[in-house]
Amino acid sequence: MSIRKSRNWFSPDYMDHRISKETSFGLHPLDDYLKKQRIPHIWCPGCGLGVVLGAFLRALKNSGISYDKAAVVSGIGCTGRVAGYLNMDSFHTTHGRAIPFATGLKIGNPDITTTVFSGDGDLFAIGGNHFIHAARRNVDFNVICVNNFNYGMTGGQAGPTTPSDANTTTTPFGGFEQPFNLSSVAAGSGAVYVSRWTTYHVDAMIKSMGDALNKRGFCFIEVLSPCPTGYGRKAGQKTGLDTMKYFKENSRIENGADPASVSIEPGGEIVVGRFVDRDEPTYQDKRWQVFERARDTLGVE
Amino acid sequence: MKPGTYFMDGNTACAEGAIAAGCTFLASYPITPATEILERMANRFPQIHGSYLQMEDELASIAAVMGASWAGRKTMTTTSGPGFSLMMENYGFGLMTETPCVIVNVMRGGPSTGLPTMVAQGDVMQSRWGTHGDVGVVAYTPSSPQEMFDLTIVAFNTAEKYRLPVVLLSDEMVAHMTEKVDIPPEDKITIVDRKKPDVPPDEYLPYRPEEDLVPPMACAGEGYSVHVTGLTHNEKGYPTVDEDTQNILVTRLIDKIRKNYQDILSYEEYMLEDAEIVVVAYGSASRSAREAVNIARGEGIKAGLLRPITVWPFPEDRISELAAKGIKAFVVAEINFGQIVYEVERCSEGKCPTHLLPRMGGSIHSPEEILERLMNINEFDTEEVYS
Repeated sequence: MSIRKSRNWFSPDYMDHRISKETSFGLHPLDDYLKKQRIPHIWCPGCGLGVVLGAFLRALKNSGISYDKAAVVSGIGCTGRVAGYLNMDSFHTTHGRAIPFATGLKIGNPDITTTVFSGDGDLFAIGGNHFIHAARRNVDFNVICVNNFNYGMTGGQAGPTTPSDANTTTTPFGGFEQPFNLSSVAAGSGAVYVSRWTTYHVDAMIKSMGDALNKRGFCFIEVLSPCPTGYGRKAGQKTGLDTMKYFKENSRIENGADPASVSIEPGGEIVVGRFVDRDEPTYQDKRWQVFERARDTLGVE
Repeated sequence: MKPGTYFMDGNTACAEGAIAAGCTFLASYPITPATEILERMANRFPQIHGSYLQMEDELASIAAVMGASWAGRKTMTTTSGPGFSLMMENYGFGLMTETPCVIVNVMRGGPSTGLPTMVAQGDVMQSRWGTHGDVGVVAYTPSSPQEMFDLTIVAFNTAEKYRLPVVLLSDEMVAHMTEKVDIPPEDKITIVDRKKPDVPPDEYLPYRPEEDLVPPMACAGEGYSVHVTGLTHNEKGYPTVDEDTQNILVTRLIDKIRKNYQDILSYEEYMLEDAEIVVVAYGSASRSAREAVNIARGEGIKAGLLRPITVWPFPEDRISELAAKGIKAFVVAEINFGQIVYEVERCSEGKCPTHLLPRMGGSIHSPEEILERLMNINEFDTEEVYS
């Protein structure tokens, strides 16, 4: 029935119909990296995800890594939808399991530059256990965590990074749980590269993502991002611009800051920067050494 | 492994079967009674340049297996009931995204932590319906260490041919039993690999099926820009929110197994030609059933055994045929409170009674126990079949 078709907001046919190819394609320098027929995306006005995705694609372009040899793995949530817009091998996996999926993908084919792109709820609530273990193993891939302080896709519930006093749909009278300091969790679990930026710090974010793409080992980049629809509307930041102004006025860059000291307190300063950058043999390096030794004893079949 | 005859336990045979099938990636979490498979793999993988990962839990194990399968590897994970419960999430993801892999579930007593070191067959329906949504599944039930070797290879071949996670539904008794295992030379082992696309990337539709309802599979790093999602997706692999796409996709995922039923189906018949009472049993329970049939024949009772090797798909046509032929009864011996018995009942369509010989787990049926039912079948009327 035609009525049903007209409700079919996300079908590519509908998108093709809504936006003519002549006017919308081939205009953006990053078009090659996107599945153009999947644009426009589903993210809300004022959301920071476009900024973070744009920064990642610029970093990828600058790095010279061919997009045939790059893969993005996402979990579930708003950030989880990143995978669906990329013109490269991309995986939209189950909730919380992007990291173990990426572990299998990278170890299955070490030639693929693998990046996990997901949200704070996906990576640190339902997927928290996988995060600390992947960091501990130092598997060679990057994790970009878009931290918008809440569960956006389901409409603004409190999550593991929600500031402790914040009002959300599941903390209507104010929160009372201590949030994670993600940079500290990452550093404490063994990540060899840890940085934090906000969507206001685009150039620094691009450079940092480039560093991570070229670095071997488990690299973690946290990007604070506005969510006017979910988090912002109850936090006095009703538009994306309000949050951007908040980031601009309250952030301080301090490279090399102790990750344990950079927790985000309500109304407090946001410390951003590159906190950890060290070299350690990766999981793959160490396994190769051990297996070589085993092969010397056992022989090869 | 060198071809030859070995004295080997079921779990070791399973590991060797996986290696023979071309498995080069294993991700598992230790669990009784399946641990020996990953211990064997940990010892063997350096030799075959395989990748072995001991993950933080079963959720991660099967997720890593999915990722490595999309990296082009033949992959496997091993577990038992509690871990299998955790794996239901990505079992569904694998079925939805048509990701080939093998899940070995060495069944132990349940529910919950249950009887970790002792046999049961309580996960049969879980392997069929454990993940949410409608699915078509394949599960093999080996009944000896030899079959642990053989069926692991077959499970890999089916996974690759039909692009789905295949379950090897073993049990503690078979896994820990040591018996003669023949390992054939490499050229005598049939290996099936997944279909690859033969069109350039711009013409490739990752979820357009061929005649067998299976789409060719491009993996990561091959230049096809694959997009894989557990959301309902169209032939391009893009998520869509509409009931037509859902209908087309889910129907095909189920039909993929249903319409290739004859190719996938596997069962063994023992003394069925003139049988009046047919015992249906699989896995370790089938070993007692076979002995009971042997003794019964000596006593002049025309008994036979139907042993499903694939419990999913179930040999429904054969059960219907036997029921229609006018046999006296089916006797279903399984180490649970009745799971496959419902399939037998459904397929016999009331044409003959179906008797259940349940057992809660911890040990297998004794042949005498099954024999007793075979000898006294007339004393049980249809209302008492569950006694």
